[in-house]
Amino acid sequence: MSAVMVTRKVTRKWEKLPGKNTFCCDGRVMMARQKGVFYLTLFLIVGTCALFFAFECPYLAVHLSPAVPMFAAVLFLFVVAMLLRTSFSDPGVLPRALPEEATFIEMEIEAANGSVPAGQRPPPRIRNVQINSQIVKLKYCYTCKIFRPPRASHCSICDNCVERFDHHCPWVGNCVGKRNYRYFYLFTLSLSLLTIYIFAFDIVHVVMRSVDSGFVSTLKESPGTVVEVVVCFFTLWSVVGLTGFHTYLISLNQTTNEDIKGSWSGKNRLQNPYSHKNIMKNCCEVLCGPAYPSVLDRRGLLLEKPGTPAIQSASKTSGLELQIAKAKAAAFLRKQSCDNADYSSPSSTWSSASLKERVTNVKGKSSSAKENGSTPKSKSTDHTDTNSNTKEQDPTPKEKASALKERVSCSKEKRQSSKEQGPTPKEKASGPPLASPDDLTDTLLEKERVQ
Amino acid sequence: MSIAHSFFPYKILVSSSPFLFECWTTHSLQDLRQQAPIAAKVFVQRDYTSGTICQFQTKFPATLETRIDKQQFEDTIRKLNSLYAEAEKLGGRSYLEGCLACLTAYTVFLCMETHYEKVLKKIASYIQDQNDKIYAPRGLLLTDPIERGLRVVEITVFEDRSTGPGR
Repeated sequence: MSAVMVTRKVTRKWEKLPGKNTFCCDGRVMMARQKGVFYLTLFLIVGTCALFFAFECPYLAVHLSPAVPMFAAVLFLFVVAMLLRTSFSDPGVLPRALPEEATFIEMEIEAANGSVPAGQRPPPRIRNVQINSQIVKLKYCYTCKIFRPPRASHCSICDNCVERFDHHCPWVGNCVGKRNYRYFYLFTLSLSLLTIYIFAFDIVHVVMRSVDSGFVSTLKESPGTVVEVVVCFFTLWSVVGLTGFHTYLISLNQTTNEDIKGSWSGKNRLQNPYSHKNIMKNCCEVLCGPAYPSVLDRRGLLLEKPGTPAIQSASKTSGLELQIAKAKAAAFLRKQSCDNADYSSPSSTWSSASLKERVTNVKGKSSSAKENGSTPKSKSTDHTDTNSNTKEQDPTPKEKASALKERVSCSKEKRQSSKEQGPTPKEKASGPPLASPDDLTDTLLEKERVQ
Repeated sequence: MSIAHSFFPYKILVSSSPFLFECWTTHSLQDLRQQAPIAAKVFVQRDYTSGTICQFQTKFPATLETRIDKQQFEDTIRKLNSLYAEAEKLGGRSYLEGCLACLTAYTVFLCMETHYEKVLKKIASYIQDQNDKIYAPRGLLLTDPIERGLRVVEITVFEDRSTGPGR
């Protein structure tokens, strides 16, 4: 046998993240897809400040104080730093549920709902939780397949669930959430100060120069001043207003999302359960709270073998999930082929709850089947034959995977009907005997290991 | 079904072409991850009764009844909850850290580790320790919640092969 070198292309996790974010600098920077307005913001800030430094600062540094341009420079750097921090950081995106977790939650939901009569819509997926003597409803996110934590919301622009979702800001080109809200607030606050500062010193500059050389000639000498005044005038109303609004929200420990929806407006005796009822405490929590880490792990490594359809993660335990998923898929396909004669409707995709029920039902009733079906197990435990066995059976999982894909594409339309017919596959599972999925799982896992 | 001994032997298949060899060994975490078939996965959900801080439910899952002592499981979860509470605690230290960071335009985080990150490392080593001492001998594996977005504590239940097929 010749040594086979498997070349592995190393990809990082951010390349395979779902959602509509764009990533730069190999996953270090995370933004929304539409960045045009962000570039406009950056241009306005940098452009206006450049004009200020070019036209006003030389005159004011000499005639007033050198501290004026120095303070402006510090403020400008702070504004840009806060803007970039807000735009480039992860707002607190919740990663989507892996298939096992999604299946587990689905099973819990179905257990809680009981059997839904055919033709009736199942009840909405809501969990009630009591927080500080207030009942809060946790909604289920069909995209991320999780029950959203309190205060989390799904951003349709970025297609992610974000913790403590405030709003999606096109001006910064990112969502504003738990992790970057304080940077956003400091950005608006410092930008307000910068705008007021530039506006004020523009006026001072024009007044001082007009005393010497007249108003019209002043404007002719420094045309930049006119541009700055116009930009600052319009910016003032919007940014200062926004800063005031967010100061109000912070003092009440509310998010823009909650304010818009009127979640804690006081009707129906609804009080904000997250507020400390103390303005200072609320401000301290939002602005000086702990720096939450990103749970996305954008720069983690994903090891991809060329030629295999699946991707194996390099993280500690998640490699096993792939094996489980494959084993389940194979068990499902084997079951399908056995039930072909009396199988009325194709089931939903392999990750659905019905499959899980089927597998667990068969497992529970297959204790005798295990003893009978010990042949594949004994084969796999015989180390001398395993290598040859796996090599002969090598194409099978791949063929099954492609067959499964075709099935998935066909069965997607009939998903609704298959869910309503949930109980029927259960009964079928206990019907004809077949090679136990456990044995199939064992065999498949053996194959994966050797590969 | 009962686990007669605290650890049970696993066969490791180490294949490096052109030859393969095997060795019998008592299991370790590495063995569990590489080869044991998974019987089930249990997901311990978040507990939101105290707000949005990171806490997990201490309710004992039915699937683990035959595998581990209820008290031990609850102790693990309670310890994890206390560690997360320590990470997210609002107090003098977090305010100082926040103010200092703000004054430096948050550039200080480029060179300094945040308090939360330090506690996360503590949590990771605690989970590793628990897995080595308590969970792996019982054929279980705790996954660090940070790998699941701090949403769940995933407990992988491996099949017990010590007593062979049929129970």
